[in-house]
Amino acid sequence: MTLILKNIGKEFEQRDIRSPALVSINLEVEEKEFTCVLGPSGCGKTTLLRIIAGLEKPTSGKVIIGGEIVSGPTSRMVMIFQDYSLFPWRTVIDNIAFGLEMKGIGKEERQKKAVHYLDLVGLSGFEENFPYELSGGMRQRVAVARALAIDPSVLLMDEPFGALDAQTRNMLQRQLLEIWDKTKKTVLFVTHSVDEAVFMADRIIVLTSRPGTIKEVVTIDLPRPRDRTSQDFATVRRYVLSLIDEPQSIQ
Amino acid sequence: MQMPPGKPQWWHQILPKSVLIKIALPIIIIISWEVLSVLIDNPFILPSIESVLLVLSEPFADILGSGSLVGNALVSLSRVLIGFIIAAGLAIPLGIGMARNGKVHDFFDATLQVFRPIPPLAWVPLALAWFRIGLLSMVFIIAIGAFFPILLNTLDGVKSIKKTWTEAAHTLGAKERQVLVNVVLPGAAPTIWTGLRVGFGIAWMCVVAAEMMPGTNSGIGYLIITSYNWGQVQVIIAGIIIIGVIGLGIDYLFKIVERKKFMWRELDR
Ligand SMILES: Nc1ncnc2c1ncn2[C@@H]1O[C@H](COP(=O)(O)OP(=O)(O)OP(=O)(O)O)[C@@H](O)[C@H]1O
Ligand SMILES: [Mg+2]
Repeated sequence: MTLILKNIGKEFEQRDIRSPALVSINLEVEEKEFTCVLGPSGCGKTTLLRIIAGLEKPTSGKVIIGGEIVSGPTSRMVMIFQDYSLFPWRTVIDNIAFGLEMKGIGKEERQKKAVHYLDLVGLSGFEENFPYELSGGMRQRVAVARALAIDPSVLLMDEPFGALDAQTRNMLQRQLLEIWDKTKKTVLFVTHSVDEAVFMADRIIVLTSRPGTIKEVVTIDLPRPRDRTSQDFATVRRYVLSLIDEPQSIQ
Repeated sequence: MQMPPGKPQWWHQILPKSVLIKIALPIIIIISWEVLSVLIDNPFILPSIESVLLVLSEPFADILGSGSLVGNALVSLSRVLIGFIIAAGLAIPLGIGMARNGKVHDFFDATLQVFRPIPPLAWVPLALAWFRIGLLSMVFIIAIGAFFPILLNTLDGVKSIKKTWTEAAHTLGAKERQVLVNVVLPGAAPTIWTGLRVGFGIAWMCVVAAEMMPGTNSGIGYLIITSYNWGQVQVIIAGIIIIGVIGLGIDYLFKIVERKKFMWRELDR
C-alpha cells in the first residue's frame, strides 16, 4: 500500500501567535520501503508522524494510504511511541493481543497470534510478565509485537530506540531489520541519529529545522546487513551529516 | 537474628522493640483509663474497662430493648452500602464525563464547587424536611458524604492517564467506547479506588451521625444515642469501639484489593 503525503502543512497556535511547524511536505513511500525521517530536535518529526497516523489533523494537505484519505486513526498504520506506552495493567501477552481483542477476535486465536509475535521479537517466556518487570529494550520489543499483531501495512515509529543505551539500540536495529525482512511492512522511522538512519534506511528524508520541510531525500543502496565500520558506510554517513550540520539547520 | 550488644532482656525475644513502640500508647491509654475510672468512680462519666468488655463480650445480646451491637451495626452497614453505591454510581460516570469532555466539565464544575465545601451533616434538616425520618433521608446524607471524594478522585485519575495510552489504543484500532472501557477505566482505576476508599470512610462517619437524628429507631448511631439517654456510658464506648473496628476493617479490605490489583501503578516507571 503506497503512502502519499500531499503538501502537508501544520501550524500551531501559541499565545495567540500562529506559527508553522511543518511546511509543504510532499512524499511518496512505496510498499515495503524502509524510510527514515531525520531532522534536528523540534523540526516537527513527531508532528508529521502523528498526522500520518491520523492522531492529528494537518492544517493543509492530506495523507493518502492505499488510495484513501486518512481522516483518523486507521489500523492500516500503527504508531509506536518513544515511551513504549504499553498498558501497565496488562500482562505482556494481553498487551500484544490488545488490538486483536478490540477487533473482536476470539480469545484462543488472539492468544495464539500474540504468542507468535512475542516469539518473533524474541521474548518467548515472558507472556505473563507485566511491563514493569521488563527492561526498556524489552518493552519496546513488546510494543513492536503489539503493533505487528494487528497486521498493519505501515509501521510508524517515533524514535523508538531513542531512550536506550547504544548496545541495546544496535541490537534492536538489527532485530527490527530482520522482522521487517520477514514481515515486509512499510516502515516510517523517525530518528535524529544519522548513524541509525544510514544503518537502517532505504531512503532518508532529511528535514530542515523548524519550520520543518524536506531538505533532501537521500537514497541509500548499500547492501544489507550494513557494516558500520566500512568505507562506504562512512562516506554516506559523512554526506548525511553534512546535510544536517549546515548552518541554517543548527537550532 | 543478631542480638544487640549488652544484656539482652528476656522479653525482647517475645516483644521486639519495633512492636513495643507501636503498642506502648494503647497500653498507656488502657492503664490510665482503668486508673481514672477507679479514681472518678462514676460509671456515668467513665465506666470501667470491664464493664465495656462485658458489653462487647455479648455482641448479639439485646441492649435496652434497642437490639444488639451486631444487629445494629449490620443495619448501619446496609444503609451505608445503599448510599455509597448510589454515590459511586453517580460520581464515577460524572467524573469520567467531566474529565474527558470540556463542555460537560464546564456545565457541572461551578455548581459542584459551591456544593463541595458543605459538610454532609449540614443537609440533615433539609433531608428531614424533604424525606422525613427514615432510610431515604439517611441514604441521602450518606450519598452526599461519599459523592465528592469519589468524584474528585475519578476526575484526577482520568486526567492523569497518559495521553499515549489512549493514542496507542486508537492506532491499534480501538473505537472511542472501547478506549473508555479498556484504557480509561483500568488506567484510572487505582485513583478511583482511592476515591471509593475515602468515600466509604466518610459514608461510614455520616451514617452514625445520621442515625442520631431524632425519630430513628435502629443502627449503631441510634444505639449510642439511646444509651446516652439511659446513661449507659459503657454501651456508648462499646458502640464507638465497634464503629472504629468496622471502619478499620473495611479500609483494610480496600487496601488489600489495592495492593493486589493496582500494584502496577507503584511499579510502573
Ligand atoms: N500541541 C502543540 N502545540 C503547540 N506547539 C506544538 C505542539 N506540538 C508540537 N509543537 C511544536 O511544534 C514543533 C515540532 O514539534 P515535534 O514534537 O514534532 O518535534 P520533533 O521533531 O519530534 O522534536 P524531537 O526530536 O525533540 O522529538 C516544536 O517546536 C513544538 O514546540
Ligand atoms: Mg519527537
